[in-house]
Amino acid sequence: MKQVGQGVRKKDAMALLCGKPVYTQDLAPAECLCVKLLRSPHANAMIRQIDASAARRMPGVACVLTHEDAPRSRFTLAGQTYPEPSPYDRLILDRHVRHVGDPVAIVAAESARAAEAALRRIRVQYEVLPAVLDAEQALDHPVLVHPEDDWKALCDVGADNRRNLCAQEVVSQGDVEAELAACDVVVERTYRTQANQQCMMETFRAYSYMDAYGRLNVVSSTQVPFHVRRILANALEMKKSAIRVIKPRIGGGFGAKQTAVCEMYPALVTVRTGRPALLVFTREESMTASSPRHPMTIRVRLGATRAGDIRAMDMYPLSNTGAYGEHGPTTVGLSGHKSLPLYSRANAFRFAYDVVYTNTMSSGAYRGYGATQGLFAMESAINELAHTLGMDPAALRARNMVREGEQMPAYYGETAQSCALDRCLARVQEMIGWADKYPRRVLENGHIRAVGLALAMQGSGISGVDTAAASIRVGDDGTYNLMIGATDMGTGCDTILAQMAADCLDCDVADIAVSGVDTDQSPYDTGSYASSTTYVTGMAVVKACGLLREKIVAAGAQLLGCAAEDAEFDGTCVRCGGETVSLRDVANRSLAAGAQELFASASHGSPVSPPPFMAGAAEVDIDPETGEVRVVDYCAAVDCGTVVNPNLARVQTEGGIAQGIGMALYEDVRMTDRGRMMSNSFMQYKIPTRLDVPSIRVEFEQSYEPTGPFGAKSIGEIVINTPAPAIADAVYNAVGVRVTDLPITPEKVLRGMGRL
Amino acid sequence: MRIELTLNGQRVCADMPADATLYELLRAQGMKSVKCGCETTNCGLCTVHLNGRPVLSCSQLAARCAGAEVVTLEGLQDEAQLLAQCLADEGAEQCGFCSPGLVMNVLAMAHELRSPTPEQVDRYLAGNLCRCTGYMSQRRAIAKYLKMREEGAR
Repeated sequence: MKQVGQGVRKKDAMALLCGKPVYTQDLAPAECLCVKLLRSPHANAMIRQIDASAARRMPGVACVLTHEDAPRSRFTLAGQTYPEPSPYDRLILDRHVRHVGDPVAIVAAESARAAEAALRRIRVQYEVLPAVLDAEQALDHPVLVHPEDDWKALCDVGADNRRNLCAQEVVSQGDVEAELAACDVVVERTYRTQANQQCMMETFRAYSYMDAYGRLNVVSSTQVPFHVRRILANALEMKKSAIRVIKPRIGGGFGAKQTAVCEMYPALVTVRTGRPALLVFTREESMTASSPRHPMTIRVRLGATRAGDIRAMDMYPLSNTGAYGEHGPTTVGLSGHKSLPLYSRANAFRFAYDVVYTNTMSSGAYRGYGATQGLFAMESAINELAHTLGMDPAALRARNMVREGEQMPAYYGETAQSCALDRCLARVQEMIGWADKYPRRVLENGHIRAVGLALAMQGSGISGVDTAAASIRVGDDGTYNLMIGATDMGTGCDTILAQMAADCLDCDVADIAVSGVDTDQSPYDTGSYASSTTYVTGMAVVKACGLLREKIVAAGAQLLGCAAEDAEFDGTCVRCGGETVSLRDVANRSLAAGAQELFASASHGSPVSPPPFMAGAAEVDIDPETGEVRVVDYCAAVDCGTVVNPNLARVQTEGGIAQGIGMALYEDVRMTDRGRMMSNSFMQYKIPTRLDVPSIRVEFEQSYEPTGPFGAKSIGEIVINTPAPAIADAVYNAVGVRVTDLPITPEKVLRGMGRL
Repeated sequence: MRIELTLNGQRVCADMPADATLYELLRAQGMKSVKCGCETTNCGLCTVHLNGRPVLSCSQLAARCAGAEVVTLEGLQDEAQLLAQCLADEGAEQCGFCSPGLVMNVLAMAHELRSPTPEQVDRYLAGNLCRCTGYMSQRRAIAKYLKMREEGAR
């Protein structure tokens, strides 16, 4: 039976469901020091004096480290490939603290209570500086977030710390102004997307210890073990070869753990004390000093003919990277490059952006990575254009959207070799009952029901950047060990990669043991982010299995005394003429008398990043008395190429949509006017419960991606992109209120209705 | 202070600070299925059974559990198998970090409610947050589990 396309149970499912101790904190040795951080109460301040002597004398305290004890080389915490685009603007501990929550001191003690008591004994004198909190004011503001001389950008991303500028670029094709001037209708709008927390259930955490060889070992809940090794080496001024990073099971990532938020603190403690150390972020820390979605203000101009042909698109996002530049220069790029290409028939486009530093928590990577922000703006603008033209938003899209075989100028000129977006749009309208329900109806209880829809795309890995290797070997009795550096964070990549290997080797998924990730032993992989694992690592697995197959055939042929080209392998036996030799015998003979071990390894990177596509449609119920919006039904039709594991792809989609509903309606990182976090727990930062997500229905419209493993593209990120614009338009269709700044709260709806 | 209680059928005597929570006591006893996701009683990850009722162990003072019967997922491995298989067959565990708390609450619900409606199930489990799944796969799995459990009882 073919394994690709089956809803195979995840290899680790039963262990996870039965509560086995498989996560970072579960594995940490009992003798670990407990690490806690003292954090800045000020948004911008210089530490004048810090006195840790009383804290150091407290019982059970092993060490207290301040900026005076930390290395002085700047680095970035962003987990990205060489050459790193995020500026080197951080120290482990700095004299200059740049947001409320920036670490001031590290305490390590025998217990959490001892560490907390010591934190309270550290005396800090701050010189409080004026802060720049508003991204709109940040560029060329007299207050500089990074005035230091040793700030540096490794890539030319248009950064200038003397202007609070983290990145800047303009790309265009055609004459946008001339095209817009010639259009019958021009829609110009500004949209705002808020910061969002990933809220993975397992907060940031890592533990470290020195091993028998005197090397620093770090076990971390991370999506990017190899990047963490480099980042720690930079931060600690150590050789990369002196560090080993291990990823156990991870309790969710969603991009948060593509930034090395926590690893350096226990690592520094272990380096200084020689003792094992564990740091577990509280939920409050994960809410106040982490790596949330970049908030963006996005201006969009769309020009069209009266008949509804889109001629020109102009987009300008202003992105707030916060106090540090992690993922600042790169997230913003996706806001345009993964929204404008949906309408690639336009004659001209322009995409210009600024990314600014402010004295707020550093932003980072969150599922969608800029595309989510850009698509809220773009898809909202498309809906507004449809209403301006008096057209059905679905019909406007059908007229303009990209189709298979078409070139996408705003997507680096790539061609959509696999694209079922037309089928997705048609399917999602059938699923939600668009023909009957658009735009609205009033229920007997006075509530209003309405529908709205949106399209989305993403990428599959980073073209020309991501690289993945996979290794596979045949062991005793013909068993397989697949080694990967991609990081299963609950998504199931260990399983779907085994499904691919099983089909390549004509065996069962159970015959493939998978292990990852240990930077000493796993093949290199940039990590699981940018929707890369299925597409990039998957292809590395296919290549490696192909090589291994050749070796098995050759070894079998040798045993049978025939030529390799005359032999074939069916998964259990190598055959040649009428003779056969079992895989078991081939394997066991390869492990004796100096025979060649049956092992293969292959790397893969892709010059293209084929977009998955989807259409999402929301049906909302609005209480006009309270302004409350409830999503009563959400439908999605997704083209992720070949669906490798329908169960896992479906759960990815449902989960991404639920997160998108949270972004649309509830979730908002809010600060006081002094930069203090107000949304620092699940009390203030509401994520959807099962009562908020009554129905999500998902169908797949498969295409076949010729450059992907078994025709597959990605699924992980695209699925978060449609809810915000679809729900925003459903709200408009219901009550005529256009909410342009997320989230869509009852207050904004009522205010729009003139009732507040 | 010394706290005596019955943990998964065994008498244990734990030495804990007076302000320790039941969650801290259980982790210190090696009950690693019990997870902490929020510290503010919002997430449901630390759910265990206290005298047969599901509770959030992060909001129970350990000292007040003296003499009580506490059961964690470590103590319900056999009973959890069928539910775990139903969830696994939907891919509903995803990262799995919220799974032990969910499993404990579903097992409690199955004892407490007879043939619950889907709405009753949602309300019973409303305090069990999950960030990965969007809850749909959990609904499918739990409905299957409840049906199989009832059929098994007949």
